[in-house]
Amino acid sequence: MTDAGTIRIALAGNPNCGKTTIFNNITGAKQHVGNYPGVTVEKKEGQCEYDGKQLLFIDLPGTYSLTARSLDEVVARNVIINEKPDLIVNVIDASNLERNLYLSAQLVELGRPMVLVLNMMDIAERMGIKIDIDKLSRQLGATVVTVIGSKNIGTQDILNTIVDAAHRQPKDNPPVHYGDVLEPSIGVLADAIQKSGIIRYPVRWLAVKLLENDSDVVAQLAAIEGTNRMIAMAATLRDTLKDKVDLDFVFAQYRHQFAVSVYNDAVVAVGSSDSLSDRIDRVLTNRIAGLPIFMGIMWLMFNVVIEVGAIPQDWLSAGFDALGKWVSPMIADEQLRSLVVDGAIGGVGAVLSFVPLIILLYLFISLLEDTGYMARAAFLIDRIMRACGLHGKSFIPMLLGFGCNVPGIMAARTLDNEKDRMVTILTVPFMSCGARLPVYTLLCAAFFSESMGGTVLFAMYAGGIIIAIALAVLLRQYVFKGEREPFVMELPPYHVPTLKGVLIHMWERTILYLKKAGTIILGASILVWFLTAYPMDVEYSRDYDAAQATVTTSIAERQMPVLQSLGLAALDDDENLSAMVEAMTAAAADKEAVKGLEAGQYPAVFAELEAQNPTLYRQALPLYDIQKAGDDELADLKEAQDSEKLQQSYAASIGHFVEPVLRPLGFDWKIGVGLVAATAAKEVMVSTLGTIYSVQADENDDSNLVRYLSQDPAFNPAVALSLMVFCLLYMPCLATLAVMKRETNSWKWPTLAAGYGVALAWIMAFAVYHIALAAGLG
Amino acid sequence: MQSKKLSEMKSGEQGIVEAVHGHGNISHRLVDMGIVKGSHIRIEKLAPLGDPVEVKVKGCALALRMREADLIDVNCSEGE
Repeated sequence: MTDAGTIRIALAGNPNCGKTTIFNNITGAKQHVGNYPGVTVEKKEGQCEYDGKQLLFIDLPGTYSLTARSLDEVVARNVIINEKPDLIVNVIDASNLERNLYLSAQLVELGRPMVLVLNMMDIAERMGIKIDIDKLSRQLGATVVTVIGSKNIGTQDILNTIVDAAHRQPKDNPPVHYGDVLEPSIGVLADAIQKSGIIRYPVRWLAVKLLENDSDVVAQLAAIEGTNRMIAMAATLRDTLKDKVDLDFVFAQYRHQFAVSVYNDAVVAVGSSDSLSDRIDRVLTNRIAGLPIFMGIMWLMFNVVIEVGAIPQDWLSAGFDALGKWVSPMIADEQLRSLVVDGAIGGVGAVLSFVPLIILLYLFISLLEDTGYMARAAFLIDRIMRACGLHGKSFIPMLLGFGCNVPGIMAARTLDNEKDRMVTILTVPFMSCGARLPVYTLLCAAFFSESMGGTVLFAMYAGGIIIAIALAVLLRQYVFKGEREPFVMELPPYHVPTLKGVLIHMWERTILYLKKAGTIILGASILVWFLTAYPMDVEYSRDYDAAQATVTTSIAERQMPVLQSLGLAALDDDENLSAMVEAMTAAAADKEAVKGLEAGQYPAVFAELEAQNPTLYRQALPLYDIQKAGDDELADLKEAQDSEKLQQSYAASIGHFVEPVLRPLGFDWKIGVGLVAATAAKEVMVSTLGTIYSVQADENDDSNLVRYLSQDPAFNPAVALSLMVFCLLYMPCLATLAVMKRETNSWKWPTLAAGYGVALAWIMAFAVYHIALAAGLG
Repeated sequence: MQSKKLSEMKSGEQGIVEAVHGHGNISHRLVDMGIVKGSHIRIEKLAPLGDPVEVKVKGCALALRMREADLIDVNCSEGE
């Protein structure tokens, strides 16, 4: 617990009441996000100093009620009961007072001093709702403050009231009256509780909860010694009452009545319902225009997050490459250099490469949620998602999953229901993400005609979706069964989001990703690097250093006669000439420019160079040819050396070790190495296969590898299909697993996902391989 | 007295909630959101694919699936 000088405040309220905005207004960036122990519910705390006092705010999960039927609600009320905050601040949407008061009725019962914050007063005013603040205050026994959170108006009043109220003795909260049938029983039970001396709970509240047969309270109470009599007494009372009233509903009904009576007493004028929000809604959820508008917004979101996000991603990766190249020469020791450049810098680069995606994702999620469109989107698409055992709000995570599984899984946070969220998180990895595409296109290009390749590619995407749906249905049926959760979703009025709210949301999620998932991704990247880079002291079949030296000398020797004929001792003696050769080399290094060129052909840029200075160009060309031939030879040597090194690495040992298991799928140990390396990120499969086949290849240029693969007898179309299926399913990449761990707050789910992923991948790849063989694709 | 299920009502129809059927979680969620005996309820619109349905209760808009709307009895004669 905190020191005695700190005032502890629990912030409670309905979802969409603007609670988070007020929390942000008060605490600014001084927030801490964690998890309540053992559950996935997030715990948000923030601090602020006011009037010389330390205030600690606990932002409770937004709930409509405080029953034991949802985790959020149990968490919210347990904080109030167990941590006994000095004050409850109940944030209320003034434009939606009646429904909000239902929660207030239950908060009042918990017997803590309470401050009522009427938020969104501007909207209430515009709707013509007039509230008698004094009456409301008296009815609930709480001080009432009116604010406009979105404009940061009234924040000082809240703080003043809090500091004030924390000093005063709490006003007596008028209890909710449960009618003549129930009250005597509540009295009897409350007396018994009073006598037993259990002071952990508010007495009257406990009596009501026992009569309601609240599962969480009964279970907690049963764990305390000497409470059996009390529980038995409640059961007897329930028995005598059950014929007179409907015990399932009667308590809620009286609470609603309480809320209605407070509302009727305090609200002077009722507002009109046809607000601007309703008019906007009529367009956005229109029967005809609604879905096209939805598709447009989704298209925009996908493109901004995935496509625009790819631009800073490229900068980052280029930046880290450059950093690596810059650092490289400074470290003499080969082992240390590899650790720093390939391990550490590469790993940090891998972690940071997701940051642009996450920032953009949360820009969109904040906008969609804060405006109120998210609920509409779910409303529009729910019919389709439900057919797959999912929720309307699962659509956005699934869609983003096609770009990258990491933001997809993080977007599942928008699902309020725990089970829906878990099913969504576990199915997102079957969406073929952008990193799997290079693997598909490589294999399609190597083994299928262009038209056939398109079909295969489509089948991969469709296959992933079908498996995701099947898994969702199975998970619903067998894992996340239990009582069915109803689909009741509030469609909150449209609001203009606040810049501060959006920025804080983006900042908070990015920091969480870096802290919780980033460290795991970094560790895993270094592990995969280690497996592919070690052992270092490889015995090569030939002396590569000597071979390289020979090539370098031969370049100089061959260039010598050409230089001598020009009257030069060395290339550097003529600045113009060396600049021309350099320009030509640089032009030929541009992968786009040399794409599709035959041996002996020059890139198009060469014609421009020739036009600029024909004489110089003619002098430079033979020098360039010699340089290029030598460089190519050096590159081949490097590839061959890397290939030998990888073949003796720990990853290769694993590849050989698992080969017997992979044989039935048509894979040899080389593919095994690729699969091990690709756990870091699936596109790594392409570059790893490239290294093994000792050809230059990465996800942007695989033309050489296509040729090698199509000539390798170990490969055929059936193997290619099998490998594609395996790659789609075998396990989410390490970044996805790390985010899964963070979002489910447990290692159990990522472990399981990797486990059944591999099993499923093996079975499906096996089936596909043998069907393809039977179909004559072998 | 004309009573029917919420799922049978058309867009724009309104009435007073008479009863909420179903057990446990389902009915309690509905009650928590204000769909309780005596509440005024109006059908705002159906989603483009005919399900879910948007209703207005206690001044707030809720989306319900037809499956949930089936559990709610509404007396339509008093709501006019």
